[in-house]
Amino acid sequence: MFDFLEDYDLLGAFWTTVQLAVLSAVGSLIWGTLLAAMRVGPVPLMRGFGTAYVNIVRNIPLTVIILFTSLGLNQTLGISLGADDFETINFRLAVLGLVAYTSAFVCEALRSGINTVPVGQAEAARALGLSFNQVLGLVVLPQAFRSSVGPLANVLIALIKNTTVAAAIGVAEAALLMKEMIENEAQLLLISGIIAFGFVVLTLPTGLFLGWVGKKVAVKR
Amino acid sequence: MTEVSVAKEDEAATGDLVVLKSVNKHFGALHVLQDIDLTIARGEVVVVIGPSGSGKSTLCRTINRLETIDSGSITIDGKPLPAEGKALAKLRADVGMVFQSFNLFAHKTVLENVTLGQVKVRKKDKKEAEERARALLDRVGVAAQADKYPAQLSGGQQQRVAIARALAMEPKVMLFDEPTSALDPEMINEVLEVMQQLARDGMTMIVVTHEMGFARSAANRVVFMADGRIVEQATPDQFFSNPRSDRAKDFLSKILHH
Ligand SMILES: Nc1ncnc2c1ncn2[C@@H]1O[C@H](COP(=O)(O)OP(=O)(O)OP(=O)(O)O)[C@@H](O)[C@H]1O
Ligand SMILES: [Mg+2]
Repeated sequence: MFDFLEDYDLLGAFWTTVQLAVLSAVGSLIWGTLLAAMRVGPVPLMRGFGTAYVNIVRNIPLTVIILFTSLGLNQTLGISLGADDFETINFRLAVLGLVAYTSAFVCEALRSGINTVPVGQAEAARALGLSFNQVLGLVVLPQAFRSSVGPLANVLIALIKNTTVAAAIGVAEAALLMKEMIENEAQLLLISGIIAFGFVVLTLPTGLFLGWVGKKVAVKR
Repeated sequence: MTEVSVAKEDEAATGDLVVLKSVNKHFGALHVLQDIDLTIARGEVVVVIGPSGSGKSTLCRTINRLETIDSGSITIDGKPLPAEGKALAKLRADVGMVFQSFNLFAHKTVLENVTLGQVKVRKKDKKEAEERARALLDRVGVAAQADKYPAQLSGGQQQRVAIARALAMEPKVMLFDEPTSALDPEMINEVLEVMQQLARDGMTMIVVTHEMGFARSAANRVVFMADGRIVEQATPDQFFSNPRSDRAKDFLSKILHH
């Protein structure tokens, strides 16, 4: 019953999924943190940019963003992100699209974390004579990150599932392979089941682990 | 402006530590501090009392510039409050503040709460800071809790840690904004006792509180505020037994009747 699987590189496809997810997660954590810093910072121009970015990007379907990276950035503007072959270009474009999209959600998760830190914490820190950067770096952000773990875990799980959208521009990840298998084999349920199982294997431990981390580092008030 | 600098020398000579001159502050249309003149001498303990919304917290918070003022001047130990930056941070380190809601750093242990400012602001080395922290925690009676997190302590213990945290900076003056109002009744005394001891040791203190027992036993002066103004100032005995203004009589009759 499982014989046909030998003709397909199932592990390879899921490995691509993992790579997409990990690279996009790192990228969107960095860009999302910067966006969050802009949104809570004192500079009006940056606040405006951060707010506009998040509100626009959050409301565009991911498929549109991914297709735009390929059709717009690559085919129209000729941006290839330093790669030569079609496969690598599309992989990198997919990461770029996923980062652009996911960072908006990372930003909001972090901002919700910052909002859980009572103003009194920053006031007490200022009253001790700590500088603005010290107040942020020693008191506010450490507490904000701790209470953002839960929301960030949700963002990460959504990201893992969202990597399937990369199939739209031909990145050979799990969903693309699934499409190919379904077209070639008369095993619709089995194939769907296997792919679904693969995603559960990726997301479930991630959720459980981060849930545990979140509890462990939670700030008790 | 020249007046101010002349006045400054007078203040230093007479040992005045905190001087507010014609301080005004608005929150939008609300004139929350109106022409406040207040002088606090070195070693003096002043209790600020008044109805809710009269501006007591705001007054307290302007003294270390957690709130800015619209006009007037505030000097501490002869120096005007800096507007911002390093100079302001340095001044804040000299002014200890204790909040109604304690505001201990929730992600740090009790000991870390008391060492943070010493290490990051006063640039003491960690060992020295810890020694001082332990001594202060001992003084306020919570030495055994040093390695716990704030949430594991009772309110009274947290507030005593907050006092130790402020004292660790070796402040010239301590501000207390209703330090016992968030506490269960049985914990109020343990905090007041620490404050009384501090007053006996000669600390300059500005205390917003409705605890008349504390005012009578520890305060040199009671300042009564209403509607953003200082309405009356007197010794505790005078004020509580023989208030002059109608506002104060009215206020006292209300707080004495429950
Ligand atoms: N950040 C703020 N923005 C706008 N209005 C404020 C702000 N802080 C205080 N106020 C208002 O200023 C007035 C004085 O407030 P303040 O907290 O100084 O009073 P208080 O005497 O400490 O009262 P309480 O006894 O209730 O603590 C109140 O009417 C309050 O609503
Ligand atoms: Mg108040």
